[in-house]
Amino acid sequence: MEKKATRDSYGEALVMLAEKRPDLVVLDADLAAATKTGTFKAAYPDRFFDCGIAEANMMGVAAGIATTGKLVFASSFAMFAAGRAFEIVRNSIGYPHLNVKIGATHAGISVGEDGASHQCNEDIALMRAIPGMTVINPADDVEAKAAVLAMADYVGPTYMRFGRLAAPIFNDAATYKFEVGKGVQLKDGKDITIIATGLMVAEAIEAGKALAEQGIDARIINIHTIKPIDRDIIIKAAKETGKIITVEEHSVIGGLGAAVAEVVTEECPVPVIKIGVKDTYGHSGPAVDLLKEFGLCADNIVATAKAALGK
Amino acid sequence: MDEQLKKQLEIAATKVRMGVIEGVYNAKAGHPGGSLSVADTLTYLYNNRMNVDPANPEMADRDRLVLSKGHTAPALYACLAHRGFFPVEELKTLRKIDSRLQGHPVRGKVPGVDMSTGSLGQGISAACGMALSGKISNDTYKVYAVLGDGEIQEGQVWEAAMFAAHYQLDNLVAVVDNNGLQIDGKIGDVMSPYPIDEKFAAFGWHVIVINGHDFDEIEKAFNEAETVLNKPTVIIQRSTKGKGVSFMENQCGWHGKAPNAEEYAKAMEELNAHLAELEA
Repeated sequence: MEKKATRDSYGEALVMLAEKRPDLVVLDADLAAATKTGTFKAAYPDRFFDCGIAEANMMGVAAGIATTGKLVFASSFAMFAAGRAFEIVRNSIGYPHLNVKIGATHAGISVGEDGASHQCNEDIALMRAIPGMTVINPADDVEAKAAVLAMADYVGPTYMRFGRLAAPIFNDAATYKFEVGKGVQLKDGKDITIIATGLMVAEAIEAGKALAEQGIDARIINIHTIKPIDRDIIIKAAKETGKIITVEEHSVIGGLGAAVAEVVTEECPVPVIKIGVKDTYGHSGPAVDLLKEFGLCADNIVATAKAALGK
Repeated sequence: MDEQLKKQLEIAATKVRMGVIEGVYNAKAGHPGGSLSVADTLTYLYNNRMNVDPANPEMADRDRLVLSKGHTAPALYACLAHRGFFPVEELKTLRKIDSRLQGHPVRGKVPGVDMSTGSLGQGISAACGMALSGKISNDTYKVYAVLGDGEIQEGQVWEAAMFAAHYQLDNLVAVVDNNGLQIDGKIGDVMSPYPIDEKFAAFGWHVIVINGHDFDEIEKAFNEAETVLNKPTVIIQRSTKGKGVSFMENQCGWHGKAPNAEEYAKAMEELNAHLAELEA
């Protein structure tokens, strides 16, 4: 299967967007080459502004631009966009509900060799807690591009999470439609539901196939919009399959698993088993090896599902 | 400045100060000290400088003002109310549970408020964004950012200072209200930001230092700022915290404290007497 990092999709989607949105402005904080806003910069240098290594100011500048009605994307690594600039995002963007799109790349542990200082496993938790913030975590190239284009037409603060590691492209560009707030059922199943987001969706699909071979019929759901989350698809899965496993390249605290558990405990209590980074920091190493070490892979999803079903 | 205009501005500023005291007294909380020190400049900007229309507060080509020192919202609200953005009577609802006049300004809630502020150091960045946006689309509006002198201890202010100079935002004018006091004491004792003028100059800004309670100097400074090309201007105004209410002047204890009934009566008596003198 062809692979592409969703950060590359992000950069390309910004260029696609610029053609139909002359009011588009893109900001970065000295990471354009890595976040791939550099792709946009090369195509539209007059609408790209580097803010230097100053993420707090960049978020405030984005807020100011948004007050004048232009469409603005502000980019950095997730660690700095959601982490360092958290309070500016909360007070200058979230509180006045300004139409700023935060394009955060290098999310999660698959940052790899840079190590834990740059592996942000807390961004979904932080951004999800801001009232009115939409949180999007696309799974592949097709979804990432569609999400960027769709969110450009959606008015309101939005956090979009992209990855460094090349991810398998499993969606079909010809038929895919991105609907904000709607989960996507990739495979029906009755024994257990696996709900994944971002880079982990491809692993969940692999796990679903492996489980099928072993006689376990797992439902697979892709949640690209972590907030507002698709409550209906989760409640239906809880009712119909009785057990849920969540998979995310993020801390098990406050992320997708927590969001799913919040819905399930209120509406239809069933076990929710969270696969994610377990209240710890990552470390340097090749991304693929790190993902395995932290259990963020199809094998661990399969093992977890079997254990949950007592098989 | 024309003497009659100056008198009008002094009258307007005194009414703004009365609005500050009225609001903070009724709220039983708020920040009178820094509201009073910045009252003259805000009065000048809203009454004699800025292109704003109370009937059309979201007018696209309006001049913008970001009160980066958002805790002095009582002065901003009083200016907006007296300029006709909302009823002056509403100032008494400051900080009340059913009021739109929040403790710190909120964009979209109060007509005339261009940006939500309150967390120090952030407003200047938003003002930079507004100014940059104006440059991108060749708009003619000006952006004013009003900062406290304690506020410039925030590192974000200097990120913004670099940004504004780098992108040559000559449509941006920052005011630093240098009243010399912050919550814990004199700014020079708590964490000195001095020399403020040399710092901004080193960051590439055009620097003007004035007496923030002298309308001639205030007007001269903003006129000068209009002539500056390719760089932002900062007006550092020496001011008196608590200006206009004798017992509040230069007392850092009045940074964030409301007057009691007796103090309120005395403050209003002083301001009324000053108003009567000006109107005589």
